[in-house]
Amino acid sequence: MIYLQLFWEFFKTGLFSIGGGLATLPFLYEMSNKTHWFSHADIADMIAISESTPGAIGINMSTYAGFKTAGYPGGIIATLALAAPSLIIILIISGFLNKFQESRHVQNALYGLRPASIAMITAAGLNVAKVALVNIDAFLASRNIGDLFLWKAILLGIVIFAGQKIFPKVHPIAFIVFSAVVGIVFRFAGA
Amino acid sequence: MKELLELYFAFLKIGAVNFGGGYAMLPLLERDLVQNRGWTTTQDLTDYFAIGQCTPGLIALNVSTFIGSRRKGIPGAIAATVGFVTSPIVIILIIATFLQGFADYPVVQNAFAGIRVCVCVLIIQAVLRLWSKSVVDKTTLALYIGVFLMTALSGVLPLAVPAAVLVIISGMLGVIIGGFRDKHK
Repeated sequence: MIYLQLFWEFFKTGLFSIGGGLATLPFLYEMSNKTHWFSHADIADMIAISESTPGAIGINMSTYAGFKTAGYPGGIIATLALAAPSLIIILIISGFLNKFQESRHVQNALYGLRPASIAMITAAGLNVAKVALVNIDAFLASRNIGDLFLWKAILLGIVIFAGQKIFPKVHPIAFIVFSAVVGIVFRFAGA
Repeated sequence: MKELLELYFAFLKIGAVNFGGGYAMLPLLERDLVQNRGWTTTQDLTDYFAIGQCTPGLIALNVSTFIGSRRKGIPGAIAATVGFVTSPIVIILIIATFLQGFADYPVVQNAFAGIRVCVCVLIIQAVLRLWSKSVVDKTTLALYIGVFLMTALSGVLPLAVPAAVLVIISGMLGVIIGGFRDKHK
């Protein structure tokens, strides 16, 4: 029974969180208030863990909440429930696209959608840069422009950028592992 | 069956290294699915992200389903999406079982401060590669600038427009402006 409830709650979350990651948060807070399956503190912990593990926060959160509520099967069921609406809706849209791909209207819609899509990807990159490359809090505290930039991080960014240009065949995973090692060796978080 | 397993494992791999969710997935998809396997094109990926942004569900899941279904129908969609969530499920279950306070370990914090730099550079490079296929004239340049400003400044603007609404408006403008252009050719 608890499995059915889990499935239903996370199915709704998947259905109504449009976009990515943080869009799931309001639904998780609501679920926490309603069901007491997990606390607000659990959600805060989960945000921290999601930033330090692969996967979108919505996926991580549903696994964690499902596990807290009903053990390993709960973790798996909640996550699959979150994915179910995507599967159903995108299958319908994909079928539609296959059929109408050649239509002028579909082509024109995509003509307008593509620049919007990469504009949002640019903004997402900027959001990551805001925490990865600069320290706005330190700058506001000291008003010293030198404190705004995380110089070690910027240097690493330049190295990766150049590295990708010079060695285009190297897989992005190699660069991810490399930056993790550099982060640990040079204490990027100051921790 | 072999192709479904291939789909499953391709997405399992991407899910295992997809730090930062939805958009950070793009550089990985480009490398593994466009360049290495030729399963899809960069232009199609851009379309999937645009559509995935304005339909219900997480972008990462929507894009996985899209690619899987385009390649192998409904079974393909399931294989790709289940593959994508497999690694996060396993990792979170391990952390929840054994590692209390995982995110507080200094080594984890330092490693992820490094990884974020890499994710940021990978996203910028993906944008540079997508640019020539998406921003093709003055209209698309204007759409790009408009949507970028609305998204990047959403915290500052008095009225934050949800991303899904921006995408829908862009699609409609595409139909109207493109239709007008077709008529006057």
